Formats: sequence, C-alpha cells, structure tokens
Amino acid sequence: MTASDPTASGYNFAYLDEQTKRMIRRGLLKAVAIPGYQVPFGGREMPMPYGWGTGGMQLTASVLGQDDVLKVIDQGADDTTNAVSIRAFFERVAGVTTTTATGEADVIQTRHRIPEQPLRQGQLLIFQVPIPEPLRFIEPSEEETRLMHALEEYGVMHVKLYEDIARHGHIATTYAYPVKVDGRYVTDPSPIPKFDNPKLHMNEALMLFGAGREKRLYAIPPYTRVESLDFEDHPFEVQEWDDPCAICGARDTFLDEVITDDRGGRMFVCSDTDYCQSRTEEVA
Amino acid sequence: MKRPDLDRATLLEARGVSRLYGPGKGCEAIDIRLHRGEVLGIVGESGSGKSTLLRLLAGMERPDAGQVVYHSHEGELDLYAIGEARRRALLRMEWGLVHQNPRDGLRLGVSAGANIGERLMALGERHYGQLRAAGQDWMGRVELDPRRIDDAPKTFSGGMQQRLQIARTLVTRPNLVFMDEPTGGLDVSVQARLLDMLRTLVRELGLSVILVTHDLAVARLLAHRLMVMRRGQVVETGLTDQILDDPQHAYTQLLVSSVLTP
Repeated sequence: MTASDPTASGYNFAYLDEQTKRMIRRGLLKAVAIPGYQVPFGGREMPMPYGWGTGGMQLTASVLGQDDVLKVIDQGADDTTNAVSIRAFFERVAGVTTTTATGEADVIQTRHRIPEQPLRQGQLLIFQVPIPEPLRFIEPSEEETRLMHALEEYGVMHVKLYEDIARHGHIATTYAYPVKVDGRYVTDPSPIPKFDNPKLHMNEALMLFGAGREKRLYAIPPYTRVESLDFEDHPFEVQEWDDPCAICGARDTFLDEVITDDRGGRMFVCSDTDYCQSRTEEVA
Repeated sequence: MKRPDLDRATLLEARGVSRLYGPGKGCEAIDIRLHRGEVLGIVGESGSGKSTLLRLLAGMERPDAGQVVYHSHEGELDLYAIGEARRRALLRMEWGLVHQNPRDGLRLGVSAGANIGERLMALGERHYGQLRAAGQDWMGRVELDPRRIDDAPKTFSGGMQQRLQIARTLVTRPNLVFMDEPTGGLDVSVQARLLDMLRTLVRELGLSVILVTHDLAVARLLAHRLMVMRRGQVVETGLTDQILDDPQHAYTQLLVSSVLTP
C-alpha cells in the first residue's frame, strides 16, 4: 500500500516502514524453519509502553495484508482495554476490517489465550510475549541459555517441575507451562494458561510469538508436535472447574472467576467472550 | 599379602599442558597420568597453579599448549579437540566437580532433593518417585537426614551444604571426580567426618579422583599419589606416604615441615 492511503495520512500502511517489516518477515521465515527457536530482531519503538504487546503488534504489522480481517483479544476477551486499543490502532493505521468472531478472522493477535473455537488452516495467531526464554528463571545469563538451547541441555526445566511437586504435591505451574516443540526446542508458550497447551499440538494455524522488550520472535508452524514437559508418574494435566460457565453453560472452556459483590459472591464465566456469546446466541 | 595392581588402565592424561597468565603465574608443561580407581592429590601453596591445572583438566579452560586426553570406553578423546557439546556432555554425564564453596556447586533456590536430582534429570530420568528415592538414598549416604529432602540448601550448615554438593555430584556415579579443596572453610571436626565419609565413598564406588588441596592432612587421608606444585611447575611426584614421610625436594621438605602439630 502506498502512503496515499486514506486512513491516517502520514503513516505507512500498518505503521511500520517497509524495511522494518521486511526485516521482521525474514526473522519470521527463520522462526518457521526452526520451530521453537528464538530469533532476534531489531525491535522498533511502538506508540505504546513495553509490556502492552509491542512484540505482537510489530509481528501483526509485518504480516497484515490490506484484505485481512483482524481480531485482537486480551485474556480471551475482545472488549478489554488492551484489545480495544490495539484493534483501534490497526483500524487507523492500516484501515483493515476488524472482527470479534474467531472464525472470520485471518489474523488474531492475542494476549494470554488461544481461542476456544478450533483454528483453521490459513489463520495466523500472534502472541504477545513478555519473557520468551523458558530457561530464564533458572539461568540468568543469556549467553548461557543460548548455549543450553544449542546443546539441548534441558535437564534444569524438570528441576522446576520437581520443585513444584515437592512443594505442592502436584505440578503447580499453571501458565507459561514449558513445551518442547517438534522434539527439539524447549519453548515458553507465552503466559497462556496450561489449559491451552494441548491446543498448540498439531494446530492447523500458524502461531507466531513476538517479545518486544526482549526483541525475540519464534514460531510454531501448523501441524507441529508440541509436548508439555512432565514426569512419568505426574503426567501433564489441565485445569478443571466444578461449575459450568454461568452465562453459556459450557463445561469444556477456560473459566474466569468474577467477583460479583463484597460478600463472597462469585461466578465463573468463559474467558473467551466471543465463544461464550456465540453459544448463548445458538441457545436463544 | 595382596599386592596392589600396578598395571591399571589410564583414565586421564595431560601431555605438556601449559596455561600462563604471566611468567610463573598459571601452570607450565605439566604431564599427568591418572589411572582408573586412583586418587591423585595436587598440593602446593596458594598461587602455585593447582586450581588452574584443575580447570584445564576438567575442560573448563583451554590450555595454551599441550593436550588433555580422556580415555573413555569409546577410546581416546582429546578434550579440547572435541566440540564443546561433547565436552559439556562429558562433564555432565561421566565427570563430576566438587567446588570449594558449596554455594558455587549448588542451586540455592531449589530444595535439597531437586539439587540431588538435577544431574539425573539431565540424563533423562523422568520419574518423580525414583528421583525422590535417589535423593533420599543419597542424603543417607552422605549422612544428612533424609527427612530434610524438601529443605532449601540455605537452611543447611556449611558442612551439610558440602555433603549435599558431594551427593549431588556422585548421584550419577561419575567415572572421574574433580575436587577443589573439598574441606576448605570447614571446622576441624566437621572436616574429619567429611574426609572419613569421602574416603568411604571413594572406596565403595571405586572413584577416580583428582583432588586439589593445600592441606597435607587431607592429602594424606585421601590421596594415593601426590604431586607437589610450585610456581606453576611440578616439583615432586610420588606415592603419598613416600612424599610426606621422605620429601626429596627442598620445597616439599619446607611444606611438610611447616604443618602444625598440636
């Protein structure tokens, strides 16, 4: 697209200049070629503070086409601050159509969730990642962690899980649960709940991960094996809830706890607002 | 009388290794031959190059000249000719390193059990129950209370931390263990018990050990053979008792005579 775009004049299509997008796309190609490997890229300043999804936004800006339909979610919801402002941003600087319906979107930028509705081939899921390095908590040196990845020295990942079981009796890590991608790289699937980990495995969509502050990107290509790390006698398990969603009655979704009053009242509702809404409409 | 087996296979060999930080600083043209099941002590004063030599032998620092050759079951391996991946795998799987300060060798943020299990997990052990059983077994072996398996190493005393580090290193039954002043910084009675325990473990497991120490009493108790170093060079080698009872080199005589006897 040229600079004569009617939306927000003075900006290149999708905010970033073409050379930057080109650089990021090259990084993405490398990331797809080596699933789970963290590729460094020259991160740009975005008109938003670090920690709000600058990494995801740069990736979205680089892969977005003029005819693409964009969906942005934050913790599964389409209507939270982060989601609303990023969606408005791309409406303004790219003039793309946006949607809240998972099925209609070509590109979905997400923070902390994978939509409940299964993704299909051709869709792009872009994650906002705070800390891309799964080994960081145990090894503070970047030089060392890169070497550990190169040499597949992943024994320490299980030290953390061991410690969980020793302290809590079960693996208490509930989000950013480490995975092994295609039998090779241990990867942090961004802070999605471990409930979503099984969806990473053999997913039809291309999943891209961008960390703006750390300036790293990585990818899980479609139909890639993704295993969650565990012990033989303490296998990987996902969260379960006693109650169904208070709005749509779903039993197979990730539920958020919502406090309803100051006397201990609470309810559990789907975190994926689009999925919950479509279910209530079906019932009605 | 049972005669000692004098024809044991070589395990580790240094051929003229040098690493000099300056004239007389580091170590120069050292030849070593460590046999299987042998404990070799390296003694000398501070700055004599003992620790540098240990780092060279343990694959942690590349020598300026010379070769370090490890005789693995697959044949001879030149430590600095093989790739870094192989070298680190060797250090992880077949060798062990006991640091002078247990805080360097332990992960202080995780429990004692996780510390002992780490090397097993690195080797691919993925059964929590078995990791835990191994942790408890090894805590018993190094005379720690197995009920403290979930306690953080921070809550252990210096001597206990050193035992934990030894357990963590020996749990994978390494062929070769490097020890850098394993009893440094501990009080005398704790030292004595630790040495006693080490001696038992070395004998039981048939470990080959390279032991660096400035303490001749430690060397006397543990080492079969001694190497005396001074200013980066080996001044005398021989059987431990021979060297300590009948030192030949002037420096060794000085070293032996300066041991305090209460």
